[in-house]
Amino acid sequence: MIQDTINTDSQDGWLLIFVCWLIAMAALFGSLFISEVMGIEPCVLCWWQRIFIYPLAVLFLIGLIPFDRSVVRYTLPLAVIGLGFSVYHYLVYSGFIPESLQPCSDALSCAEINLELMGFITIPMLSIYAYSGIIVLLVIFRKRFYQ
Amino acid sequence: MKKNMIIVATAILFVVLFIVAASIYNSQKDKELGNISLGKIEYMQRDYSPTMGPLDAKVTIVEFFDPACGTCSAFYPFVKQLMNDNPGKVNLVLRYLPLHQNSDVIVSIFEAARMQNLFWETLEQAYKTHDAWIDHHVARPEKFWTQLSGLGLDMEKLNTDMRSVEIANRIKQDILDAQQLNVSKTPGFFVNGKPLVQFGFRQLQQLIETEVAANY
Repeated sequence: MIQDTINTDSQDGWLLIFVCWLIAMAALFGSLFISEVMGIEPCVLCWWQRIFIYPLAVLFLIGLIPFDRSVVRYTLPLAVIGLGFSVYHYLVYSGFIPESLQPCSDALSCAEINLELMGFITIPMLSIYAYSGIIVLLVIFRKRFYQ
Repeated sequence: MKKNMIIVATAILFVVLFIVAASIYNSQKDKELGNISLGKIEYMQRDYSPTMGPLDAKVTIVEFFDPACGTCSAFYPFVKQLMNDNPGKVNLVLRYLPLHQNSDVIVSIFEAARMQNLFWETLEQAYKTHDAWIDHHVARPEKFWTQLSGLGLDMEKLNTDMRSVEIANRIKQDILDAQQLNVSKTPGFFVNGKPLVQFGFRQLQQLIETEVAANY
């Protein structure tokens, strides 16, 4: 019972949400760098992943100023859906899902590997890391600091 | 309060990092592209390429274009203006990069019109009537055909000429040259072999003015 009231005013868990925000910001600026500076056009699946990561950068920020623990309620679902898209994209990318099944136009193939950093880091892989990092932190946060 | 400062500082850091990384990337790309095209100057122009302006001009604009490309159409009067601003000093070489579906058919109509000395008129007509013959980014040659009346073209001859192997080969060659020169979008500009890296009216104008100043 004490547990329920103890946290309401404290800043416990701030760091977890802050790190989540860092990840979302890195993904936001990173993806903008790839498309706007390097000029690699995002395919359809990339756009779906962007749709779910961009609002996270805003939502986490709102949840940090002032610190509001209920931010986990609004952000966790977005991150989970986003992870779904990035896993699907990764499977298309690595060939587990055949090309004919992927919802891409002829002009811009989602299966085409446009960028490989250091020979093995691909964009969908980075997306999976970002989403799962956020999900893990949010789940920990939810267990320890929310409810 | 201290935490809010950390957040603000981090946000600023992200923006600054982005800008710095972008400018480093762009300046490197600038150098790289410059080197590529200087090493591949022979792909820049073919003896069959249509040219406009004085042949002895010391500044040559090479433009890879697609007849169905809206930006190419928007740049056309601007490029002409830039040539007029530097009378006798700048000429234009056109190369084909038909990226839109069926654009290559439109290009062969241009080439066939060229045999009747009506290349530029046909090109301008194509740009002028974009809305009439492009549906959702797909060129409709049959619709463009109806826009050609009034130019004084011998339509029967045009119809035969546009199917020539020679024209098909020219288009193929231009597309291959574009690949060699790393041009994947239209319009793709080179001025005296130097690529227009940062795309824009002003940037093209600057590039041309620099070359004019260097050569005259």
